[in-house]
Amino acid sequence: MKSKLENIKKIIVTKPLKLDCGKTINNFPLAYETYGKLNKDKDNAILVFHALTGDQFVSGTNPVTNKEGWWVTAVGPGKAVDTNKYFVVCANVIGGCMGSLGPKDINPETKQPYGLEFPVITIRDMIRAQESLLDHLGIKKLLCATGGSMGGMQLLQFCSTFPNRCFSAIPIACSASHSAQNIALNELARQAIMADPVWDKGKYFLKDVQPKNGLAVARMVGHISYLSEKGMQEKFGRKLQEKADYEFSFNADFQVESYLRHQGYAFVERFDANSVLYITRAMDYFDLSKQFKGGLVEAFKGQKTKFLIISFSSDWLYTTKENKDIVIALNASGADVSYSEIVTDKGHDSFLLQVPDFLKTLKSFIDSMYEKFKNEKRI
Amino acid sequence: MKNLKMKKEFKVIADLLPINTRVLDVGCGDGSLMDLLYKKKNIEVRGLELDQINVQQCIHKGLPVIQGNAETELHQFPNQSFDYVVLSQTLQAFYDPEKVLRELLRIGKSVIISIPNFGYWKVRTKLLFFGKMPVTKTLPNTWYNTPNLHMCTIKDLFSFCDEKKIKIKKVIGVNEDKTSLIKRSNLEIKNLFSKLGIFLIG
Repeated sequence: MKSKLENIKKIIVTKPLKLDCGKTINNFPLAYETYGKLNKDKDNAILVFHALTGDQFVSGTNPVTNKEGWWVTAVGPGKAVDTNKYFVVCANVIGGCMGSLGPKDINPETKQPYGLEFPVITIRDMIRAQESLLDHLGIKKLLCATGGSMGGMQLLQFCSTFPNRCFSAIPIACSASHSAQNIALNELARQAIMADPVWDKGKYFLKDVQPKNGLAVARMVGHISYLSEKGMQEKFGRKLQEKADYEFSFNADFQVESYLRHQGYAFVERFDANSVLYITRAMDYFDLSKQFKGGLVEAFKGQKTKFLIISFSSDWLYTTKENKDIVIALNASGADVSYSEIVTDKGHDSFLLQVPDFLKTLKSFIDSMYEKFKNEKRI
Repeated sequence: MKNLKMKKEFKVIADLLPINTRVLDVGCGDGSLMDLLYKKKNIEVRGLELDQINVQQCIHKGLPVIQGNAETELHQFPNQSFDYVVLSQTLQAFYDPEKVLRELLRIGKSVIISIPNFGYWKVRTKLLFFGKMPVTKTLPNTWYNTPNLHMCTIKDLFSFCDEKKIKIKKVIGVNEDKTSLIKRSNLEIKNLFSKLGIFLIG
């Protein structure tokens, strides 16, 4: 996996980045991928922010895992985000493990991987790092930026911090501040990792191992929260896994158990345990209104960006209500905002799946914004 | 639902609205009125719409729309945040029209409401001569499936505004392609011959 990581696109961000925790990082790698072509006018660029366990490989085949990109349902030639027409950019977040600076990288001071020496990062640190990529690519104003879940949180922060960088924005299934339930579930994931003796206070890299069991359990927690009760019941019910009856053991008798184990152990192959700790922490610390004394309305004051907020009816992780709170704040700030709640049983995962109403809405908005963006530039 | 005949209504509403204003269209449907206002009068439009397919249509046209229920979700719009709020032929469908109307007046500096007129002569004669709930082009549903819970006449809305001390700025009656100004002096006759009443209040 290491040799494959050397061949991916990255920039070295030379501009020092003062992190929210007070520390400064500089000369750090930021890995990214692009799809489609940036046109002459540079007005067809769409920035995608990835979620907790995502990476820069949105579409096509991920060259590191050899699996499909995480958002092939929405991004690609002829898809809702049509790469024949648009130039799609996605960067790996700092704190991640797909080429951008993260806890498994070498700490120049100790000449050893950072582990828990890595500074605690925030959503704002992530998006500040990514602004450098836009400068590098020569994109002054994005046609659109989008992202689901933590990607949506990054997007809200991005629009608030850099109000002139997006013509339009589509935050999907996200929240302007992590709820107690969100924090609790992330804590469960972290505790699972930290309870694994292999984790060894984050120093597992010294033995070149991963706390696989803890990391897999962390992933299972996530997967439960990404589905809805109804969706899970319909998909698995009480179906048994390739057997006629109970085994009277603790093997995976039920399909749902088998599914979780599969998801958990597949994840271990491609993700770093310490990255999960750092990224979930960044999500928990996210509270956009906290940065503004006047609350969330102040966070969006003077926004020229045209927003479309999308939520999913069966998402209990980032609920319709939380998404509507963003809409209310945008409305109160006088911003141009649209909102749609997509009715589906597929839970939080909906944004990654074939949900026709969602994909149609996404496409309609981006295409109409492209026309508007071109018209506005003409005037 | 918004057929060709409704377009006359939209024209009347568009004529009532000055250029370069900010307008909220409550129950904006597929965005036809918003599109007209945006293109013809450079009005900064916003829509509120319940139906998913209509919401998609608006987004397709590049019109800002919020999916939601006007009965319960108007609270999200700040006080006096729009120059005008438009409510086309839906006041009678709310559980609590008065509450909705209060909300509209809170959000908009002025409010435009249109109502299908239950005082229209054909409606009256249907009930009078056939003894059955009227079904007409503007009121196409039967009693058991109509969304209209609180039917009223132009005269009713006049009295309502008077009673609640809501200022009536202008009232226009629409019958097919014809429009006419409704005043207190001609209210009785216009109440009989208008299919729709369009009220500018607030």
